[in-house]
This record gives sequence, structure tokens and C-alpha cells, in this order.
Amino acid sequence: MDLVTPDIGLLVWTGISFGLLYLILKKFAWGPILGAVNEREQSIKNALEAADKAKEEMETLKADNEKILKEARAEKENLLKEAREIKSKLISDAEEEAKRKSKKMVDEAKTAIQNEKNSAMNELRNTVVDLSIGIAEKVISEELVDNDKQLKMIEDILEDSKLK
Amino acid sequence: MFEIKFYVCTFATILLDNNLARMSNKFFLHFIYIFCFLFYGLSYSTNTLEKDESDDFDVNSMIMHHIMDSHDFHILDWNGHPVSVPLPIILWTENGLVTFMSSAFHHDDSGSVVVKRNGLSFVKYHEEIYYANSNKENKYIQLDASNHPTNHKPLDLSITKLVFSMLLSMFIILTLFRLTARSYAKSKNGEPVGIAKFTEPIILFIKDDVATPFLGEEKAEKYVPFLLTLFFFIWINNIMGLIPIFPFSANLSGNIAFTGVLAIITFVITTIVANKDYWKHIFWMPGVPVPMKLFLAPIEFLGIFIKPVSLMIRLFANISGGHIIVLSLISLIFIFKSLWLAPASIFFSVFILIIEVLVVAIQAYIFTLLTALYIGSAMEEHEH
Repeated sequence: MDLVTPDIGLLVWTGISFGLLYLILKKFAWGPILGAVNEREQSIKNALEAADKAKEEMETLKADNEKILKEARAEKENLLKEAREIKSKLISDAEEEAKRKSKKMVDEAKTAIQNEKNSAMNELRNTVVDLSIGIAEKVISEELVDNDKQLKMIEDILEDSKLK
Repeated sequence: MFEIKFYVCTFATILLDNNLARMSNKFFLHFIYIFCFLFYGLSYSTNTLEKDESDDFDVNSMIMHHIMDSHDFHILDWNGHPVSVPLPIILWTENGLVTFMSSAFHHDDSGSVVVKRNGLSFVKYHEEIYYANSNKENKYIQLDASNHPTNHKPLDLSITKLVFSMLLSMFIILTLFRLTARSYAKSKNGEPVGIAKFTEPIILFIKDDVATPFLGEEKAEKYVPFLLTLFFFIWINNIMGLIPIFPFSANLSGNIAFTGVLAIITFVITTIVANKDYWKHIFWMPGVPVPMKLFLAPIEFLGIFIKPVSLMIRLFANISGGHIIVLSLISLIFIFKSLWLAPASIFFSVFILIIEVLVVAIQAYIFTLLTALYIGSAMEEHEH
């Protein structure tokens, strides 16, 4: 009966209404709403991605830091080692130098002493020669006077010319 | 008999929906159908009883009058006089376009008041406008043996009660979603504020849980505006039908023309977007022996039309059914002519109304879901 017989007027109006409603809503409502929702979803997605990226970067940074720290530590060790080496080398060098220098000084001193000794000996020899000649002169000049006197005179001379 | 027809219709719908209910495991749907079924039976039996007593309150005609369309918006009866809002009548006649207000008929629906416009005379009989026959006995309507008027009819494009209700729903929907769209301009970071807090979850539900699973991420984008319009158009009209005071209460989404147009739109889209695979699965089902292919082809072919028809009947029968149950329960008071029955009658009608609030949302959802499913299956790429 009437209930299941579609009415032409209502068919037409429903078609027009739905079509209009669809077009208007699509342009003025669904467009902006879905746009806003999509934009928001996109921004959330981007933010999450950025966070992930930042996390990754931080991890790499951390790894880098550790690497740098490790390198620094190694360098420190190296530096210390080198310093130690240098130190010991310096010490040994100084020791050697000192040894060398002292030896040189000793040698020089020895030479000087020798020289002094030689010159002293020479002087002594000259003095002895001079004395001997003087003695000899006195002895020869006084020999004719007295034997005792001769002896005493020699002893006096010797007494006077005691080696200083 | 209309009642029997309606009975059969409802029964068919129940059978169709059983699959759906099993599919989505909605126990509640079964529950509602059992109720509907019981009450259709009740209203059927009471109506037949009622006809014997001509003097009494005619439940059947009261309910039918409410369920059907009319040319003016009846609000109430005051001291035996009907109070109604006149609506414009638009007719495409032999002499072109004719328009006048429905109040020109003076509430007459029996074809006894003639309205003369553009040299033509019109009468209204059972909410249909006919050209009046001119005869001397003031009988403007010529009835045939089965009480159907034989008069010619102009093309009736009037703003009837249902069209008025539809325009109102359009206004409500447009306001609601224009406000929603504008609210995003005020929000920071695009988070929903104001009315969008209410509408956005529903929009996202349709987008993410109805469109995307059946259509796929990319194709869904194209059909989401259509599905959203469909869902809210049906849902808002369903809700408006449940509110029993002017300017609501019209049974628009329980009208077969309304559900029919929406089903036709689904059918047209499905047929247009259908790919080669869809037609192949209908006319030459792959992967089955040839006799089976021949056997399946007519069934699958009929399926093309049964799908939109089931959409049309499901929504029509569910919403009309809801209105009929509530009115039948209220009518019990008048049938038994006892005020003592009123508490029970009102208790049950409120109970049914509360269920209806759920049903109208479920029906709008089912219509949208199945539309998405049909469109999605027509575009599906099969791999064998």
C-alpha cells in the first residue's frame, strides 16, 4: 500500500537535499575539519619522528662523546708515558753530562796538577842547582880554612835552605 | 493487507540482519528484533480487532497517519479542531507550476474541499492531490471498485512534513559542522575545542573504523566526505524522528522514498567504481567448476540489486517499526479505555524509546558501514 510506495516528490527532494548537503558539507565542513585533523595527525607524526631522530642523534652523540673521552684518555696515557720517558731521558742525560763534566774537570785538574808539579819540580831543580852551586862556591871558598868550619858551614847552609 | 506485507518485510529484514548480527556479534540487535517482532504482532492483532467497532479510536489510521507523509504539519487537536502548521504545496500541472499553502484545504483530507488555482481545481484525498472532477453531487473524487481514486494527479513536489523535516535536518547538520569547522581556527595545535570535542570523535570513528578498514587508507580519503554526510544525514533524521514535539517527530528516515534514494546512491556509486574483478566474480566466479559458475552467476547478479534493496528495507523497517511500537504502546490506553493501563503503557514506551536511541545510532552506523563495505568490495583487487 502507501507505506511501501515511494512518493515521487519526496524522492526528488531527498535526492536534491542529499546532493546539496554533500556538496556544501564537503566544501565548508568536511574539508576544513578533515584538513585540521590530518594536519594535526601529521604534526603529531612529525613530532614523534623528530623525537626519534633526536633520540638517535643523542645516542650517536653519546657514542661520540665516549669515543672522544676514550681517545682523550688514551692521549693522556700517551702523554704521561712520553713525559715519563722524557723525564728519565733527561735525568740520564743530565747524569751523563755531569759525569762527563766532572770527569773532564778531574782530568783538567789532574793535568793542571801535573803541570804545576812539573813546574814546581823544575823550580825545585833550579833552586837545588842554585843552592848546590852556592854551597859549592862557599865550600870551595872556605875549604882552605878549616875542616870543622867547612862542615859547620855546610850544615848551616842546609839548615837555611830547608825546603819550604 | 498492508499489515501482512509489513510483517513479511520485517521478517525479511530480520533474516538479512541475522547475518550482520552474527558477524558483528551484536547480541543487542537480536534482542531488539525479538521485541520488534512481538510488538508488530501485537499491533497487528489489536488493529484487526479495532476495525469491528467503528465508533472507537482507530489505532491503525492514527499510526499510519503519523508514519506517513502529509501536506501540513499537524501539532495537536484543540477542542476537536486540528492545529497544524501550513506548508507550501508545489504542483507541476497541465498549466505549469502551481503553488499555494496547504491551509487552503482547511484540514480536509477526504476530497471535499476544492482549491482553484490557474484555472485548475484540486482536491486532497488521503494526502494525495488530485485534479477535482466537476460534478453536481459535490463528489470530486471518483473511486473505483477497490476504493482507489481514478482521478488524474499533478506531479506533487510539495514541501510536505517530511521535506520540511529534511530541510530542518539539513539546517541543523550544516550549523553543527560549520561550527565544528570554524572551531578549529580557534584551537592551538589543531586540538578539538568547543563543539568539535563532541563531533570529532564521531567523525574520526567513521573515518578510521568505517571507511578505512573497508576502503583502504588511500581510497578512503575520497569517500570519507560521502560516508560522513550519509551517516549524519541518517542519524540526525533518526534522532529528530524520536523527539515527539514540533518541529520534529516526522518519520523521514522511516520512509521508503528517503531510504530508497540513499540506497540508490550507494548502488550507483558501487556500480560505477566497480572494477573488472567485481564483474568477474559476479558473472564468472573464479576458482569453482564450470557448472558452479553457471549456478552462481544468476545468484550473484541478483545480489547486485538485493544489497541496496536490503539497505533500503532495513532502515525503513527499523525506524518505522520503532515509531509503530511506541505509538502502539501509547494506544493501549485508548484501546482498553483504562487509565490504569497508562503507567505500564508509558513505562514500556519509554523503555522502547531508550532502546530506539541506541537503534537509530546503530542503524545509521550499519547503513554507512554496509555502504563502505559494498563500495570497498567493488573496488577490491583480488589475488589468485
